[in-house]
Amino acid sequence: MHGRATRSAIAASSAVLVVLGIAGCSQQSAPGENSAQSDLKIVEQVQIDQNGEPVKAEGGLTPADPAGDGKANCPPLSIAMAGALTGPDAALGINIKNGVQLAVDKHNAANPGCQVQLKTFDTEGDPQKATQIAPQIVDDAFTIGLVGPAFSGETKATGGVFDQAGLVAATASATNVTLSEQGWKTFFRGLANDGVQGPSVANYMKNSLDAKKVCVVDDSTDYGLGLAQAVRETLGPIADPACNISVKKGDKDFSAAVTQVKGHSPDAVFYSGYYAEAAPFVQQLRDGGVTATFVTGDGVKDPEFVKQAGASSKDALLSCPCGPATKEFADEYTQKFGEEPGTYSTEGYDLGTIMMKGIDSGAITRPALLDFFRNYQGQGVARKYQWTDTGELTTTLIWMYKVQ
Amino acid sequence: MSHRDAGNRMRMRLAGVLLAPGDGLRGWWSERSRVQKWGFGVLAFGALALWPLFPPPFFDTPGISFGGTMAQFAMVAIIAIGLNVVVGQAGLLDLGYVGFYAVGAYTVALLTSPDSPWNRMGLTGAFSEKWAWLTCVPLAMAFTALAGLVLGTPTLRLRGDYLAIVTLGFGEIIRLMADNLSDITNGSRGLNQVAYPHIGQTEKLPDGVFSSGNSGGHANYGTWWFWLGLILMVGILLLVGNLERSRVGRAWVSIREDEDAAEVMGVNTFRFKLWAFVIGASIGGLSGALYAGQVQYVAPPTFNIINSMLFLCAVVLGGQGNKLGVIFGAFIVVYLPNRLLGVHVMGVNLGDLKYLFFGLALVVLMIFRPQGLFPVRQQLLTYGKSARDLLRHADDSKAAA
Amino acid sequence: MVHDCLGSTACLAANIGFDLDGFRNGFWQLTIDGLAWGSIYALVAVGYTLVFGVLRLINFAHSEIFMLGMFGAYFCLDMILGFVPSGNAYDKGVLLTVFYLGIAMVFAMLVSGSAAVGLEAVAYRPLRKRGAKPLTFLITAIGVSFVLQEFVHFILPQIIKGYGGSNAQQPIMLVRPKTQFHVFDATVSNITLVIVAAALLLAVLTDVAINRTKFGRGIRAVAQDPITATLMGVSRERIIMVTFLIGGMLAGAAALLYTLRVPQGIIYSGGFLLGIKAFTAAVLGGIGNLRGALLGGLLLGIMENYGQVVFGTQWRDVVAFVLLVLVLLIRPTGILGESLGKARV
Repeated sequence: MHGRATRSAIAASSAVLVVLGIAGCSQQSAPGENSAQSDLKIVEQVQIDQNGEPVKAEGGLTPADPAGDGKANCPPLSIAMAGALTGPDAALGINIKNGVQLAVDKHNAANPGCQVQLKTFDTEGDPQKATQIAPQIVDDAFTIGLVGPAFSGETKATGGVFDQAGLVAATASATNVTLSEQGWKTFFRGLANDGVQGPSVANYMKNSLDAKKVCVVDDSTDYGLGLAQAVRETLGPIADPACNISVKKGDKDFSAAVTQVKGHSPDAVFYSGYYAEAAPFVQQLRDGGVTATFVTGDGVKDPEFVKQAGASSKDALLSCPCGPATKEFADEYTQKFGEEPGTYSTEGYDLGTIMMKGIDSGAITRPALLDFFRNYQGQGVARKYQWTDTGELTTTLIWMYKVQ
Repeated sequence: MSHRDAGNRMRMRLAGVLLAPGDGLRGWWSERSRVQKWGFGVLAFGALALWPLFPPPFFDTPGISFGGTMAQFAMVAIIAIGLNVVVGQAGLLDLGYVGFYAVGAYTVALLTSPDSPWNRMGLTGAFSEKWAWLTCVPLAMAFTALAGLVLGTPTLRLRGDYLAIVTLGFGEIIRLMADNLSDITNGSRGLNQVAYPHIGQTEKLPDGVFSSGNSGGHANYGTWWFWLGLILMVGILLLVGNLERSRVGRAWVSIREDEDAAEVMGVNTFRFKLWAFVIGASIGGLSGALYAGQVQYVAPPTFNIINSMLFLCAVVLGGQGNKLGVIFGAFIVVYLPNRLLGVHVMGVNLGDLKYLFFGLALVVLMIFRPQGLFPVRQQLLTYGKSARDLLRHADDSKAAA
Repeated sequence: MVHDCLGSTACLAANIGFDLDGFRNGFWQLTIDGLAWGSIYALVAVGYTLVFGVLRLINFAHSEIFMLGMFGAYFCLDMILGFVPSGNAYDKGVLLTVFYLGIAMVFAMLVSGSAAVGLEAVAYRPLRKRGAKPLTFLITAIGVSFVLQEFVHFILPQIIKGYGGSNAQQPIMLVRPKTQFHVFDATVSNITLVIVAAALLLAVLTDVAINRTKFGRGIRAVAQDPITATLMGVSRERIIMVTFLIGGMLAGAAALLYTLRVPQGIIYSGGFLLGIKAFTAAVLGGIGNLRGALLGGLLLGIMENYGQVVFGTQWRDVVAFVLLVLVLLIRPTGILGESLGKARV
């Protein structure tokens, strides 16, 4: 008696499947033709200053080449790279590591008389691990420079260690504004901090986009919150206070946020966070019928964003303290690592290049390299590098990109 | 039948022998007198304390500071002892223990960090730079004990798996509150510049041996925090050991083995369970205070479920109920992944796979040695050893008569 | 930067927004989205609840079974059916899309089901044979969870190029969300319909299977009293295997529905949070109770959505856990109570 009910259920389901199968087979079409393979790319638009006004970019400057003149001589030395190489944020740390690796390998290949070793340290993005790694880096007498740590939390926990050891600690990605206010003589930031990027992009939205109402969404991380706060402050009343949304990193569903944004009909939505959340967010926004301009920061500027969001990412605006990667650099990187350069790869490469240049010029001790950084002035792939006393970059120009 | 059975038995015995140095060690240990135990304990701790200064080559961790690893080991060991009181002795399955760790760390951070609205740092007195951390430690333990009381009172009526789930929920709630209430805790940006003990200030080390400036050589600040952790560990062990041998400890054992029978025999199970929870919580808070002082930066992502699971693994691996065994468990949990950092085999960075190996080790160990490496043997008689000696020397001649 | 936050209630209020207007305006949309999410939670929750009912074991590795199902569905669409990952949606017409989705779902169910059965055989059966304590099972489940996650994270990319790794898979979106009709002022999209319909169908089938078939009777018997069931001729080992199989298959189906909703969610860590939420749902409805798992899932999905809007989106997970704790304190056996083991007419 019960068996019959089950049997008829199974029979019914199979019948449905068979019908669908026949229907399906009769409409066979090659899967490739409707896929609309994404040709979208992140393309640079304009360089802006703190007031959001376009600034003419100086064209034709060649970035520094880590290979140098090929005649450098130095004793065996090493530089270190510390960041999250495993764990949930590994993608960003690996991007930086690859960038530094590219610079070091190019240098070593061209300079047989000067072989520099790259020592990588995995912090898992955990401040406690970072404090355990820092003594290891500092203890190694051959290490005269560090690219890292990657995240603001780790930098906060270890900045004092490097300061006391006099070891150059140039970060490729930590954007928290307070990091340069701690009085560390060895801190160098390889990109503009939130206090620069935020006002620039906010003013750009105000002036160039003529936005009258903006919803600012952050991802509750150190980076996301910092940037979002800078944007909210600069936008003032334009950042709709009722549309101040905080999502969590790792979220994939933003339906409530989308409903909220839809309810307020802004002219633009600013997302402050990383690409892993920005991609589903922008897709769900577009699917939900929100046509506002999608503006976001440098944490999203990664080819993964376009790959994952597809057509929804069209016309998205991204701000980044990084300049457009030159085609040469992108090709070299892709050839070496099998994937396109991602967020912060260019900064890693540039900082590594500066260290190579320092070593080539004879700075083979920590104080000497520190001095070299202090007085350095030169063009990199991403921007011009020159630092203030507190370790911030002197150029505070931000680039705006568009997905098109 | 016989061949396969014999084969199986031999395999089991082999596995048993390989994985059971603990049994032999434990048997030998329980034969020692108190004085001998103390003697060996002092020697063992002394050797442990000297280890970071002279790390043997195979044990050294190339990718990470050995002193720092040992400092983390000390903190996790203290947590393991505290969790052992809750899980191993009282038999309460607690999956959210990391919440107490968080409360302890945040107490210290909220009272001493310049980013916190409740910052109490001043120029003189109990909260001056020199004494602030020390003042905060008992406060952290007290607040965490209070948290344990608040959490335990409504939830300890639940049994077994339900208690596990509720504690899991609470652990996450604590972390998420710390993340969301950013006006108080600074949210995900964390509280920076937490106080730490300023001891041993010299010209070279203006902030003392516990500051992050002390990073050179083997006696770096990790090692110093490890020594402080060791001292605190010894104190906690004494405390927990006393509890174990007292009425409270025996009540815990009875609750763990059969709660209903214990209730019938007149043990006020709810009160003793609450005591276990509160004591376990305050020990966790102590470790949190150590963490806050060492890293000097407290932020929510550290206090996640995975760490809760790792603490539980430390207790189960070492042998739940055995307060010395769980220290070894903590060592394994902290040391093994760090040992694999930066080790390259055949072009593959083993450090990437550390959690894979760890997971495999857990599964294998649970299949072949579920009671842990050093399982506990209950000492329910107060003068058990003398009683056993007496019985052993009673010979059959007397019996015959 | 010191905040004048010494009046802590004022601070709390500042951080917990109280947006009842937003809630009222978006009520129906939130409910409908919550139903879709709840369906996914419900299907995964059934896995937890069945295993708990039969073995009194919290299968923490179930979230990784779900994750493997996601990769299975992706593999089917990518390698077997030949769709190209691109981040843009295909548009093949209703019948064809449903057909392909059906195939992908069956494949995902196969992958997850076999993973679940394999998990049981490799990790849990040896422990059962040795009569291990519940805590031991828990630790083993944690170990297996680590192993599966790290396998997909680091080893899978070496086996199949482009799979696994630190970034999510590039999505294969078979269908573009399109509004089908309106309920009051809320839109119901085709994806929501598919998810709810599929989940409903599977739930009904599972309910029928548990309550009307021989194996279902066996499952209920073993849940109620394993020894007597064995005496009555029920093969305990076979029942346990079937339990894991059913749970795994439902997780695989849920995985496919999840990838419809969140195409960018196929990543090695994608099962973890969902697993915890689904587990919460199972407890909410009454762990060990099949219909409770379904009810709990739907309820959790809806409550989470409401909580997000009323308190602020960052409070979503807190709402889930607070709900869990409240239910356990007030009614530990859950809303519908434990009942897999209780004889039901």
